[in-house]
Amino acid sequence: MATISLDDTINRRTHGLIGTLLSRQTFWVFLAAVAAVIYLTIATNTFGTHQNLFNVARNCAFVGIIALGMTAVIITGGIDLSVGSILALTGMVTGMAMAADYSIWVAVPAGLGAALVVGFANGFLIAYVGMPAFVVTLGMMSLARSLAMVLSGNQMVYQFGTDHAKLVTLGGRFLEFPIPFAGWIQAPNPALVLLIMALGFGFAFRWSQWGRHIFAVGGNEQAAELTGVNVRNVKVSVYMLSALCAGIAGILQVGWLGTISTGMGTGMELIVIAAVVIGGANLMGGSGSAFGAVVGAVLIEVIRNSLTLLGINPFWQGTFVGTFIIIAVLFDRIRAGLNR
Amino acid sequence: MAVLELSSISKNFGAIQALRDVSLSLDAGDVLGLMGDNGAGKSTLVKIIAGNFRPLHGTIRIGGAHVDFHRPIEARKHGVEIVYQDLALCGNLTAAANVFLGRELKVGIWPIRILDYSAMYRRAAELFRELKSETRPRDLVQQMSGGQRQAVAIARTRLSDPKIVLMDEPTAAISVRQVAEVLSLIERLRDHGIGVILISHRMPDVFAVCNRIAVLRRGEKVADKPINHSSPEEVTGLITGAIDRA
Repeated sequence: MATISLDDTINRRTHGLIGTLLSRQTFWVFLAAVAAVIYLTIATNTFGTHQNLFNVARNCAFVGIIALGMTAVIITGGIDLSVGSILALTGMVTGMAMAADYSIWVAVPAGLGAALVVGFANGFLIAYVGMPAFVVTLGMMSLARSLAMVLSGNQMVYQFGTDHAKLVTLGGRFLEFPIPFAGWIQAPNPALVLLIMALGFGFAFRWSQWGRHIFAVGGNEQAAELTGVNVRNVKVSVYMLSALCAGIAGILQVGWLGTISTGMGTGMELIVIAAVVIGGANLMGGSGSAFGAVVGAVLIEVIRNSLTLLGINPFWQGTFVGTFIIIAVLFDRIRAGLNR
Repeated sequence: MAVLELSSISKNFGAIQALRDVSLSLDAGDVLGLMGDNGAGKSTLVKIIAGNFRPLHGTIRIGGAHVDFHRPIEARKHGVEIVYQDLALCGNLTAAANVFLGRELKVGIWPIRILDYSAMYRRAAELFRELKSETRPRDLVQQMSGGQRQAVAIARTRLSDPKIVLMDEPTAAISVRQVAEVLSLIERLRDHGIGVILISHRMPDVFAVCNRIAVLRRGEKVADKPINHSSPEEVTGLITGAIDRA
């Protein structure tokens, strides 16, 4: 028998690069999104316009940002149903503080602080008290929105004091970048925030000890505990991170809309979870990626946008998104079955 | 010199006395087979040594020094490693990731300290080679055979240069060929001068690899002798109570 060198053993992979790519649900969803974009660009004369692409990029950014935090939660095998309400609470705390003429430098940390407190409460009850994530975050969904209502007297806020323009710029404006042979491209600020955060999350998932531990907790929580991973702290961290992402999305959305009401973000948790699952995360835990979260968010927004452009009743959106969730998970099951 | 000495260890779970005055010692390079029926106290004893439980009475000495563990991590710091019955592996991670779980190698300067994949792959490959296992560091554990998984769990114990390795039913759920692989892994540990305590229900495995045997019955030690002074028939009698003590 030929002797295998240590380097051969180290470098030997079950699949090559192509095989790994083809085995990833995220890759196929990415292809589906690209195919949809190409089809819509050809089939309509409105999809490929600067303005529409700008809108698609901005709209998917809010879901995408929250989906990044939700991905971390889902990788650990958890779920966070409170993100839509945290988005509203953060927006309201920030908006109310600014309406009271506090600087944006005080109001934004105050809003994000509120999000982190809610996230910590979620994480503490789940990790240290041992309550089910579904129940805790379901309760927090109601609680956080109620707090936003109490805080504002259920009033809409649209005057943000002396720093009003800064908040509107943060969420509603864009940066321009030169593109060779295509002039300038306008990138909405929320999309740029999504891009930066996705790179950060992708890096953390792959290269940090924390990233390794969230996958371990989702893969086998008891094993992670026995091998010295601080499972409780890992769990608290992901719920705080999820809340922080929802808070960031909330502040950007208030800046974009120029107004905040307590109904903001209602039902958003389900769209975010759909984006994460479509992007390849497993609700049982142990798998998921930052790229997948972004691809899932983009696909959902492209579907929504295309229905409008193709003149299809927008009520069909839920049918398309639901079908995509089922098909994506079905493919994953078939692939897992073939590997077995 | 004994690497592990247990003196008069007792443990209760409510009204149930799981262990009664159990004393035991383990030398470097010893492979001690710990046998007994279900509920005899084998796993409880091993978990006390590993820091999962604290004894009600009794003392533990490691390398001559008195120790009192509150958590498994403290036992690990004193050179006690355990291979759990279910192996405590994460199927969604690679072999190398499992070997280093909780003890990941990192490079860089704080606060940017990133995982050192190449060092971990190399060290894991070296450990698998030492154990004469064909396990590859980049393979996912969920795609491995039972024997390979055992190799990953055992390789993990070799990371910290342990004095004592505790193994709880390592051959319970694997094929005959894989059993041979695991027994050979235990021999590798012995050859490195590590004291091993092997819990097993499988008499042939114990007689194949152990040099000593201890039998527990209803929380009491009823035998502790060199294996070549015993026989499977005697051990069966000790386990069932047909033979009182030996």
